[in-house]
Amino acid sequence: MTDLPRTPPRFSATFTPAVNAEIRRAAASGIYDIRGGGTKRHLPHFDDLLFLGASISRYPLEGYREKCATDVWLGTRFAKKPIHLDIPVTIAGMSFGALSGPAKEALGRGASAAGTSTTTGDGGMTEEERGHSKTLVYQYLPSRYGMNPDDLRRADAIEVVVGQGAKPGGGGMLLGQKISDRVANMRNLPKGIDQRSACRHPDWTGPDDLEIKIHELREITDWEKPIYVKVGGARPYYDTALAVKAGADVVVLDGMQGGTAATQDVFIEHVGMPILACIPQAVKALQDLGMHRKVQLIVSGGIRSGADVAKAMALGADAVAIGTAALIALGDNDPMWEEEYQKLGTTADAYDDWHEGKDPAGITTQDPELFKRFDPVLGGRRLKNYLKVMTLEAQTIARACGKNHLHNLEPEDLCSLTIEAAAMAGVPLAGTSWIPGRNGGF
Amino acid sequence: MQNFDLGKEGLRALNSALHALKGQTNMTAWEVVNPKGAHAIAAGVDAPVDITVRGSTGYYCAGMNKQATIRIKGSAGPGVAENMISGTVIIDGNASQYAGATGRGGLLVIKGNASSRCGVSMKGIDIVVHGSIGHMSAFMAQSGNLVVLGDAGDALGDSLYEARLFVRGSVKSLGADCIEKEMRPEHLALLADLLKRGEADGMARPEEFKRYGSARNLYNFNIDNASAY
Repeated sequence: MTDLPRTPPRFSATFTPAVNAEIRRAAASGIYDIRGGGTKRHLPHFDDLLFLGASISRYPLEGYREKCATDVWLGTRFAKKPIHLDIPVTIAGMSFGALSGPAKEALGRGASAAGTSTTTGDGGMTEEERGHSKTLVYQYLPSRYGMNPDDLRRADAIEVVVGQGAKPGGGGMLLGQKISDRVANMRNLPKGIDQRSACRHPDWTGPDDLEIKIHELREITDWEKPIYVKVGGARPYYDTALAVKAGADVVVLDGMQGGTAATQDVFIEHVGMPILACIPQAVKALQDLGMHRKVQLIVSGGIRSGADVAKAMALGADAVAIGTAALIALGDNDPMWEEEYQKLGTTADAYDDWHEGKDPAGITTQDPELFKRFDPVLGGRRLKNYLKVMTLEAQTIARACGKNHLHNLEPEDLCSLTIEAAAMAGVPLAGTSWIPGRNGGF
Repeated sequence: MQNFDLGKEGLRALNSALHALKGQTNMTAWEVVNPKGAHAIAAGVDAPVDITVRGSTGYYCAGMNKQATIRIKGSAGPGVAENMISGTVIIDGNASQYAGATGRGGLLVIKGNASSRCGVSMKGIDIVVHGSIGHMSAFMAQSGNLVVLGDAGDALGDSLYEARLFVRGSVKSLGADCIEKEMRPEHLALLADLLKRGEADGMARPEEFKRYGSARNLYNFNIDNASAY
């Protein structure tokens, strides 16, 4: 008998080891997987776009010598006191409760030093964040935890949250292990219970009501504050148009890469659209209404670098927001805590059980022993550095495209690497003039 | 008495004047005429003043009220006294949906009926309804007291937390995790006080009410409760 070669083990592309592990986990526990963060699947993203740069037909600006401005005004439509930011990279809403007090303080410190805004979250306004944020956006959420007119009036802008990219159509969740005395008190609920935040606002339904709600908020704040409307990336053309119709000063659009403190993995991975597909639709809605640049557009969901900032702005955004990237800048998922990540059954850069409150980096926790590890001054400095780098990177690209302001970047500065990205972003496939679905052929 | 003709002077002028009263108490009585269902009348007031609105109001009248006593001599549109912090709002007529939504304090009195979602997500407010309330009232109600002299619609107190609900008439159905609870002496005393403050003493006796509250079975996620949602 000869020793014939055997067929080597072959894994299924459908039933991968990860898929099988999840089936086993579900079978053993009977509970769906809950985690933090945004989608982890591969998606068409800003990496699938490239800048063309200047050549003979366009001329570039000199780096280090010729100015490339980065500032942005937000809320110029109706607000008596619009916001002026030095850089177009803002910090997205993340709740006290999901994050520790020192982490919120660090976000305020870093953003203020870099000349940008932070945003509260589903837990009300903390003194740490108000005190350290020069410009603070106060979220108006379905739960209304901590909502009061005094905080509305001491905010610099109000963000009516209709949805978020990680879970368009879903509410919030903060599990009992993160409900400390302080968090429970701010939310007016018993300590230690799971806190569900509703998926719909309690006192308005639909765009006509939203218009009346925005009007009420303007009356309460004497028409001073810019009012943002935040939506998850689901039907961005219509959502943007309806937000404008309802009277928004600013539309915030969050793609499915945007993070969350905690929700079902199936929700994060299977509901919503990538931000790349959302931006052009929102911009088209604004253009169709004659409101592009009059109602500002802030986009978020997977923004990581100055290249991403520049690409989002070239597609028509006025500014971007970062959440996950800001947490990583603070020290989240840092390999320095690898030993402890291993004890939690995970590894650095993959840790996403933020809802459990055991974050070794002391950021997504309410455990005083853990958040003692986190230095808000150092964290703030790291965030400032990161924001500065992103801005310098975006300026570098803009100058190469001959632009003296980031807002002058345009779709014509871009090409796509893939047919998918070309179709979604509305940017021609590299080396062609083809935008699938628009102009038919090559 | 400050008289304000909303039809002539406009909402912005009214709310601006009322907001300017913060920290002052020398103009304590206001009368607003010709409201004609305008939205956000007397929203965001923060002063111990007495405001009477002669007619019916639109959405969010007395929204986020602090300290003021606001009397509506007519009916109120959706979201009356939403997120009230303190003070008193008294409606002679009926109230539309979401009355007292997310209210954190103060007293809301509705002398007629209230529509659906009365007291939704309430967080400390006291609400006294002389008539009946619609479906899904006190949904996710966190704290405070809701007193109903008439009947309650479907799914009363669905997913509620620690709010106390007192209903004198029938309850069409209870929502998830809402159960009838024992009426103890402290509840009777509380109810007597609420009826008095709600201008309903003499209309009903505390003993005629039933108390409803949270079974607290859904406070922490348990897969065995999945069918309750």
